[in-house]
Amino acid sequence: MKIVIERAALLKSLGHVQSVVERRNTIPILSNVRIDAAKGNMSLHATDMDIEIAESTAADVGKGGATTTPVLTLYEIVRKLPDGAQVELTTSSDGGQIALAAGRSKFTLACLPVEDFPAMSGGDLSHSFKLGAADLRGLIDRTKFAISTEETRYYLNGIYVHATKSDGVNVLRAVATDGHRLARVEVPLPDGAAGMPGVIVPRKTVGELRKLIDETDADIEISLSDAKIRFGFDNVVLTSKLIDGTFPDYERVIPSGNDKTLEINRKDLANAVDRVSAISSEKSRSIKMACEKGMITLSASSPEAGSATEEVEASYAAGQLEIGFNSRYLLDILQQVEGDAARFSMSDAASPTIIRDVADGSAVYVLMPMRV
Amino acid sequence: MPTKLSFTATVSLCRDCLAEFERTQRSCVVCGSDRMVSHPELGTLTTAHIDCDAFYAAIEKRDNPDLVDKPVLIGGGKRGVVSTACYIARKYGPRSAMPMYTALKMCPHAVVIRPNMAKYAEASRQVRGIFDSATPIVEPLSLDEAFLDLAGTTTLFQRSAAATLAFVAREIERQVRITVSIGLSYNKFLAKIASDLDKPRGFAVIGMADAVSRLHDMPITKIPGVGPSLADRLKVDGFFKIGDLQAKPESELAQRYGETGVQLARRARGQDTRRINTERESKSVSAETTFNDDVSDIVELRRQLWLQSERVSERLKKNGLAGRAIALKLKTSRFKLVTRQHRLAAPTQLAEVIFRSGEMLLVKEAKGAHYRLIGIGVDDLCEADLADPPDLFADGPGRQAGIEKAMDAVRAKFGRKAIGKGRATRTK
Repeated sequence: MKIVIERAALLKSLGHVQSVVERRNTIPILSNVRIDAAKGNMSLHATDMDIEIAESTAADVGKGGATTTPVLTLYEIVRKLPDGAQVELTTSSDGGQIALAAGRSKFTLACLPVEDFPAMSGGDLSHSFKLGAADLRGLIDRTKFAISTEETRYYLNGIYVHATKSDGVNVLRAVATDGHRLARVEVPLPDGAAGMPGVIVPRKTVGELRKLIDETDADIEISLSDAKIRFGFDNVVLTSKLIDGTFPDYERVIPSGNDKTLEINRKDLANAVDRVSAISSEKSRSIKMACEKGMITLSASSPEAGSATEEVEASYAAGQLEIGFNSRYLLDILQQVEGDAARFSMSDAASPTIIRDVADGSAVYVLMPMRV
Repeated sequence: MPTKLSFTATVSLCRDCLAEFERTQRSCVVCGSDRMVSHPELGTLTTAHIDCDAFYAAIEKRDNPDLVDKPVLIGGGKRGVVSTACYIARKYGPRSAMPMYTALKMCPHAVVIRPNMAKYAEASRQVRGIFDSATPIVEPLSLDEAFLDLAGTTTLFQRSAAATLAFVAREIERQVRITVSIGLSYNKFLAKIASDLDKPRGFAVIGMADAVSRLHDMPITKIPGVGPSLADRLKVDGFFKIGDLQAKPESELAQRYGETGVQLARRARGQDTRRINTERESKSVSAETTFNDDVSDIVELRRQLWLQSERVSERLKKNGLAGRAIALKLKTSRFKLVTRQHRLAAPTQLAEVIFRSGEMLLVKEAKGAHYRLIGIGVDDLCEADLADPPDLFADGPGRQAGIEKAMDAVRAKFGRKAIGKGRATRTK
């Protein structure tokens, strides 16, 4: 194999695939990137056995072939090469090594046989549809924060994506929860997604995908079955296993009878919560919200730090209510509200509260109160 | 005669009549006893470590005179380990923490007694009471040992700290009818080393002037924290005795072993700045069991794990504690110890949550190997009011809290066995 490629192109591709590789690996080949060269094209593959990222890019291929070599070392070398350098990659005749040459720099890296590199077959992907990159970013960004990190309930360690009806309209919906808060966001159902199985996309996949689509405006091609999902755009393809589990019946925990409504300026509230929570203890982060006509009073106290209160104007007409929240969780949700106002629908101090963006009906957040 | 306010001149002490002398005495001129303890710094040292001699065995012998001249091993069943070996048994090789069958191979005629923890706890309470009469600053390490800080007691008792310690030992022999060994020095590390030098019924002293030379020939494993694996590493690097560590500057050891190296260098020179801590909070709550026969069946391992989880949960609830880190402990039939940790999103005190975390770790770890022990522990403890926050879903910890509260109420009224979860029952 012999390839000549511009440093910037190689760096970009390596940058995309390397992040999936685990930094500590017991299986050596999983530290490697697979490089295939043929007909003016170089493709890279990296995997952790659950996720595979592949990217192809144009290259001057002198001699076709394939090999695998440690991706982090290769990435570091290419990163440190001067801008504009031409990088030449050549495998040795026995395939045991790959030589990298750029200007006066020369490196030799060990290779492992390409046959040993685990292939992640897509299998039969039953459903296929396209989703705009901005829509996909929106689904991820507004739910990701609520994904559980608690492995005992592994089926909450991802975003649940499924097709459903919302007020009679077909939607593609993303839901994430850790049992304390829940985020539900939807976009109009893309063509081809009708009848798709509900799938749980693992947290790591969500993170990798979000990095990949950060700058693109392309439509993302999504194909899935009940076991795997694939995202493709430009020259990148990410294939991932799905979480094999049943997402809980989340609709049941979104209350429908909450009659105490509070509307409040999002920014004022977020700033006040942020200030008052400086007092709440590191471990609990709890903050109390007392609602009365026309305003709320936030307060926190801890035996070590002292106490704090702050009043915030609000539109509230229901009966007096005192309710406690984890300030961190409340801020996480307020950060997702893009409009000026947030609407709280509450029932009592022990029941889930619903928070919405007044200007945007596509997202619903549920927050479990704390005992205060 | 003016009241003597300082006993710093004491260099010799009679352990029987507590007479103090300013010149070294071989036997007591007051009572004639030859149980003297002498050291140039005897009058100025105030940090002590007291260790009961073969505690469990001593209590069993106290209560059953037939055992007095027989080798006695205290420990659990056929498969357990030796908790205590009496001094007669130790002549044949058995030591505490040794598997019972190994000990019995060395000493087949030993009398094996199942531990009676309630009885030992009662004796320990009595011993603790005598410590408390000597000083308010007592740091218990376990049922049978403690650090005592006697600084400032000389004026009160009109005798040196050493004499008060001899008094404590005498009172324990009189009231509890067991013996103790005392180590007296100027810090915890050396006091602990000293208490081990003259066992049983000993009284050993290490002073500022002789600390380095006393440590010089001791094996490095005498330093707390130097277990078998660190010792192996140190031996490869040429450190066998504490003297080998003394020969290297602290900076060199720090470079080689990091923070551990600093500790090693300081301990080797007899330095230890830890204070005696009377309010030692428990850092973890755990429970474990050793099986009569090795277990590889995951169903049985799960069942055992559940039983231990319930024990841990019961103790957490009783003490108003909760913890965020769950640790699973397994020992294979070949004595390989495996520990695995899981960190929870919120602290818990629930058996169900402890079990589920342990179960997750267990399923990842136990793939057909045979185990002789399983245990579960909760670390990173905090007050229970932050534990198990309300949860949106029925399988979350919040709802489990309600279930366990109900079960605990039933048990409180009708006894432990009145209600239990199905997984506690044997399936075969």
